[in-house]
Amino acid sequence: MQLLLQQVMAGLANGAIYAGMALAVVMIFLAIDHLNFAQGEMATFSAYVAWQLLAWGTPYWVAFVVVVIVSFIGGVAIERILFKPLHHASIFANLVAFFALFSILNSADGYLWDYTIKTFPSPFGTKPLFGSVLIDAHEAGMIVVTAVLLGLLYLFFRGTRLGLAMRAAAANPESARLVGIRVGWMTALGWGIAAAIGAVAGMLIAPVVFLDPNMMFGVLLYGFAGAVLGGLTSPGGAVLGGFAVGIIENLAGTFIPYFGRDLKLTIALLVIVAVLMVRPAGIFGRSVVSRV
Amino acid sequence: MKKLTRRTILAAAPALAVGAPLLRARPARAAKEYGPGVTDTEIKIGNTGPYSGPASSYSSVPRSQAAYWKMINDQGGVNGRKVNFISYDDAYSPPKTVEMVRKLVEEDQVLLVASPLGTPTNSAIWHYMNQKKVPQLFVATGATKWDDPKGHPWTMGLQPNYQVEGRIYASYILQNKSDGKIGVLYQDDDFGKDYVKGLTDGLGDKAASMIVVKASYETTDPTVDSQVLDMQARGVDVFVNTAIPKFAAQAIRKAAEIEWKPLHILSSIGSSIGATLKPAGLEHCRGIVTDLYLKDSTDPKWQDDPGFKGWSSFMDKYLPGADKSDGGYVAGSQLAATLVQVLKQCSDELTRENVMKQAANLHDFTVPMLLPGITINTSPTDFAPIKQVQMGRFDGEHWELFGPLLAGAVG
Amino acid sequence: MTTPQQDTVPFAPAVAEHDARLAAWPATRHWVLAGVLAIALVLPFVFQGFVVFQLTQVMIYGLAILGLNLLTGFSGQFSVGHGAFYGLGAYVTAILMDRYGVAYYWTLPAAGGVCFVVGTLFGLPALRLRGLYLALVTFAAAVALPQLLKFHGLEGWTGGVQGIVVDQPDVPGFLPIDTDQWLYYFTLAVVLVMFAGASSLVKSRTGRAIMAIRDHEIAAAAMGINAPLYKTLTFGVSALFTGVAGALGALAVQFVAPDSFSLFLSLYFLVGLILGGMGSLPGCLFGGLFVLYVPNIAEEVSRGLAGAIYGVIMLLVIFVMPSGAAGFTRLAFAYVSRWRNR
Repeated sequence: MQLLLQQVMAGLANGAIYAGMALAVVMIFLAIDHLNFAQGEMATFSAYVAWQLLAWGTPYWVAFVVVVIVSFIGGVAIERILFKPLHHASIFANLVAFFALFSILNSADGYLWDYTIKTFPSPFGTKPLFGSVLIDAHEAGMIVVTAVLLGLLYLFFRGTRLGLAMRAAAANPESARLVGIRVGWMTALGWGIAAAIGAVAGMLIAPVVFLDPNMMFGVLLYGFAGAVLGGLTSPGGAVLGGFAVGIIENLAGTFIPYFGRDLKLTIALLVIVAVLMVRPAGIFGRSVVSRV
Repeated sequence: MKKLTRRTILAAAPALAVGAPLLRARPARAAKEYGPGVTDTEIKIGNTGPYSGPASSYSSVPRSQAAYWKMINDQGGVNGRKVNFISYDDAYSPPKTVEMVRKLVEEDQVLLVASPLGTPTNSAIWHYMNQKKVPQLFVATGATKWDDPKGHPWTMGLQPNYQVEGRIYASYILQNKSDGKIGVLYQDDDFGKDYVKGLTDGLGDKAASMIVVKASYETTDPTVDSQVLDMQARGVDVFVNTAIPKFAAQAIRKAAEIEWKPLHILSSIGSSIGATLKPAGLEHCRGIVTDLYLKDSTDPKWQDDPGFKGWSSFMDKYLPGADKSDGGYVAGSQLAATLVQVLKQCSDELTRENVMKQAANLHDFTVPMLLPGITINTSPTDFAPIKQVQMGRFDGEHWELFGPLLAGAVG
Repeated sequence: MTTPQQDTVPFAPAVAEHDARLAAWPATRHWVLAGVLAIALVLPFVFQGFVVFQLTQVMIYGLAILGLNLLTGFSGQFSVGHGAFYGLGAYVTAILMDRYGVAYYWTLPAAGGVCFVVGTLFGLPALRLRGLYLALVTFAAAVALPQLLKFHGLEGWTGGVQGIVVDQPDVPGFLPIDTDQWLYYFTLAVVLVMFAGASSLVKSRTGRAIMAIRDHEIAAAAMGINAPLYKTLTFGVSALFTGVAGALGALAVQFVAPDSFSLFLSLYFLVGLILGGMGSLPGCLFGGLFVLYVPNIAEEVSRGLAGAIYGVIMLLVIFVMPSGAAGFTRLAFAYVSRWRNR
């Protein structure tokens, strides 16, 4: 029983990592209707910039805020420079651009900062929370931050005009233009927000997994799986999906005999596929209604 | 004209006695035999490694080799010839390795291929190299299969192979905690499984009862916390940690967090102080045991050691700014240094056959970053150059070497 | 929120349209094909062994991309998992040859058959899913394959992490060529047959039905096309093509191991397809060229930043040719026609 509880808690801790990434995935999906494959690498790059600032002596929270802002600007810039010319091209041309961005950032990380792992400080400390060995302060902090981000996003989309404009631009670009919404800039804004969320995720994940150029690849895959499980149109669903993936994976690895240990990612994905059979748009996603 | 009488011969004897060893010692200069890729001024050597792709963190190994050859060339080359080190990226993908090695052999016409990196990548070219009779020398992987002079006479490894290390852990455990419950963390990969095999074989009949948890991880896993928790829950008190630095450090840190204190055995892959122990937290690492054959470039104990100082200034000059805590830079430079010796021994007979002959003719050779006492030895029936390791225990600052040099052989 | 079309491929023109543009130059098309074929036949004698090996691989990757093209380009179903079918085909060949002593030419239909079955099985859950959700299922396949290959329970069959060595096909006794050249011609023959098959499939009624489903599934269904059947079978056929390519790949490289078939392979196929031109058959060969040669070029520019250079080249190509090489060629033809007729 103790082991079960521990594995669930460890799964939640991992899940917090995936949930943060899943949130960035959904954010970009809401903006451009597709997954930016380079999302993870953008987060890693942000984390490296933060590490560099810290290495130069910047206080933690200053570096944190600077990196979030710089990442936001970076996301907007990438969209305007790289993806605006591809607006009229097919989604597949954009896919190639995502993959190219992934390659460039991943290679640059290793070139600039080497491949040895680096420690990254946590703003929450690593003491066990309330003396329990089940969860420590940082893991709890991650969950809280993810929840806060989720709340902020909810308020943004539902409660502000800008959020409404973004949703409109993504849902129906032509109509949105007719109402005067600058669709191009809405997309750029979406990229910026996604990059900022990614930066936060990266800076919170690095203390747990250690900073290295390939830090986020696995996390992105799990985050993507979690987002799909929860529903790509639902930020809340994606976060829950991320947690679910963490727990499923840990439990599969520990408790399924013979297969579990070596095949836990496969099993986790199979579970998700099974869920998708029943709910093709994810658990909380909205189904597409096809109009003739 | 003096007749060749008995007296003249006897008179000449002392001169001959003195002169003869000199004659023998001098390498056969008369025969200048060149294989492909060799001229009076140049030797072409090929190499492949993961400069890009998922294993790019090992790119320090081929890069340090390239830098080392540059240094050798700046010092005049080997026997007056500059070495042209041609290295290609294979992104750790076996089909790409095949393509690049074929390019090296067929287009670039190299004399030999030195230290291609990785087990699946080397496995892919194993047959080709032996068929084409091109030396596949000092492969940068510790898989056991490379020690096969009969079946694959053109292939040779260098580092102690993983199964040998696993066996050494097994005998250490049997000597020090024969009633232990063992948990082994390994990468779901060729080298990880080789460690487990060595450990299992070394424990013999007791393997089934002693090994309680075999936990694997993938490089795409974010953490190995789940595996560590599992081991603690199942009562493991001997933790064999064969993970690469990132996951080894995570495991050490998690164990400390959950206040789990097993007998912790770390493999040589994850034992760098700078790359693994520091990130994990030096205070958590006291008492960890490992096997070593190279000097840890981040261990303060070697500060004044001439071998280390030589390596350090090589790094400063030829790879400025590189992270010296990356063990790949040590491994790569030592691989190159060993090859320098082989080429030296070849002298002017630089054919592929002689390269293999000299590679199988290393006696008590050392390179600067090997632990004192460990030597490189090969023979026509022994293609395992480094067989010895020494156990070390971490005392909070450096690896305290203890015990005798251990050697293992996989039968 | 999203209309179905945005999850499918909106830009691949029907083959008929492509033909119409070139209908003005009927003789040209045949001359071009004949010329290319003639060059292809002569190449193995112009170049030495390893270049022939590279060219063989280009054809193999082109065939693999053709499989993906049938699924994504013509049928509009998104797949990031075709590397799994490639790997599956390769392993079928390796296991049959190594464990059962089957001759290499029989392994091709076996690989194709196995992949057809598995692909069709994949097509079934794919029916319910669109866009990124479908991508996840295919991506699950790409992830599952290396894990299954390494799984200790299956090691007896797959050779586990150590992989399986494949013998090179022997040259039939009477031909005065070497093994590299023989494999090249063998591959060329297989690839020609399969491309011809794909071409006739695409131009047939079935092909048009599939494209109709891609463009507007509901309308197609309303016209009596059995969408689920066609979509599932397309998955199977697509997997068959890529599986045969994998089998040929195993013969060329003479080695299979889980590390040869990572998730990145699936992504490279997709990139190659897009850069070659979605929905274009000759574009697949361009994609194959890209997948094989551009990493080498990137490495020449800068070894330390090889990945970054590769990304930059990809960006340049996609900016200049957003519809891939095929789209670019079409545009070029259009400009020339317009210029001629001004």
